[in-house]
Amino acid sequence: MIEITKLTKRFGAHEVLRGVDLRIERGRVTGIVGPNGAGKTTLVKMVLGLSHPTSGEIRVDGTTVNGDERYRARIGYMPQIARFPENLTASELFAMLRDLRGDSGDLDEEMLNRFQLEPHLGKPLRVLSGGTRQKVNACLALLFRPALLLLDEPTSGLDPLSSATLKDKIHALRADGVTVVVASHIMSELEELCDDVAFLLDGAVRYVGPVAQLRAMTRQANLERAIAALMIREVA
Amino acid sequence: MTALVYKIARTQARDALRSRWITVYTLFFLLATEGLMRFSGDGAKAILSLSSATLIVVPLVTLVLSTIYVYNAREFTELLLAQPIRRSTLFNGLYLGLAVPMAAGFVAGIGIPLLLRGGGDPTQRGTVVALLLTGVLLTFVFTAIAFAIALGTDDRLRGLGIALGLWFVVALLYDGIVLTIVAMFADYPIERALLGVTFANPVDLARILLLLKLDVAALMGYTGAVFQRFFGGPLGITLASTALVMWVVVPVAIGTRQFHRKDF
Repeated sequence: MIEITKLTKRFGAHEVLRGVDLRIERGRVTGIVGPNGAGKTTLVKMVLGLSHPTSGEIRVDGTTVNGDERYRARIGYMPQIARFPENLTASELFAMLRDLRGDSGDLDEEMLNRFQLEPHLGKPLRVLSGGTRQKVNACLALLFRPALLLLDEPTSGLDPLSSATLKDKIHALRADGVTVVVASHIMSELEELCDDVAFLLDGAVRYVGPVAQLRAMTRQANLERAIAALMIREVA
Repeated sequence: MTALVYKIARTQARDALRSRWITVYTLFFLLATEGLMRFSGDGAKAILSLSSATLIVVPLVTLVLSTIYVYNAREFTELLLAQPIRRSTLFNGLYLGLAVPMAAGFVAGIGIPLLLRGGGDPTQRGTVVALLLTGVLLTFVFTAIAFAIALGTDDRLRGLGIALGLWFVVALLYDGIVLTIVAMFADYPIERALLGVTFANPVDLARILLLLKLDVAALMGYTGAVFQRFFGGPLGITLASTALVMWVVVPVAIGTRQFHRKDF
């Protein structure tokens, strides 16, 4: 479970997050939505400790995020941009992370097979296509059987089949009790994946709760329309 | 923690060693050393020329390559920061993973032609070792400075501009600036102050270190001559080496601090 309390983040004069309060429940898939620049990526990065809060607090399964690195052992992270050292191979990258994590041998390599990455593992990462690198990115996030999965625009660059494969995997993980957070601007994707949705606008959470409830509340047929209705209401 | 630093550095070094730039860098020193030895023998003269090349090229290539490397590794750094690893461990791993292959490229470039000639002129071996050590120290100094620059500014072009500007000042302009100051204050006793100025420039320290070892006062420049007069050979060498080591320690400390505070 992630508990975010009165979180603010300022980059110079620009205030990206302005007092975010958010509770992300264990074992559910939560979507983070909002217009470009709403602070979705910043929020995800702050849960990981990649960016430091200006004020406020983040707790992951009871542990306050404050520089102690151990809580990240339970987290899998798929960043938005999949860029790796150009001259290494995917195999070497996997080996490095296994080494750093103190490999227990209990790895989830299902996606390596389902994405059919085997033929690409020995090639330098610079020669792989953007989509293939994104698959490597997804496999890295899932490899260590995380209890919390943070995905930032996970299907960008993936072909429809790979995108569907990844979504199937997310459904399966949810069924196994994994907590999943997905930041995305593709509403249909979030609608397909998420139990809950948190709507960020101007650096604050304007709605958090089940997707179905949001649709009912705004009397809209789908998530995209519901979010649009919410934005119109907030701006008005 | 040391084991983790080693694991990160090893992978990073593997990536760096496969990059074309380090090969080109090594080849440059290989050809320069081989060429100088062919045309002017393996004596003091060749080593002096190599020293001059080292003092110009090592800071330039190290600063530029390291700055670009830190910027290019941004997303990879984020991926590693998302692992259960301390920031200081990651910083040390990334730093060593770049500085060690660069230093190895330099040592191989100068060392291989010398080894192929049976070690070169026996009377110059001490000087050759001094040259290799100075080059390695300069590599560690300027890799650390490049990390501090690249972590300090998010704008790549600005970072690269600062790195090149710094090189221009410390490697090319410096002696000119010092001489101008000396000419302006010719009537004042400023020799002691100039000693401080020498410690402020790692390239100048390296130059004095090498020239004290080679014992060629004529080429020492103003700060070198003052340095020798004040400290003499052995004490001067000890002081200059210690100061150069401090030039590694301080930028590494600054880089670590920036790495800790940085928002990725």
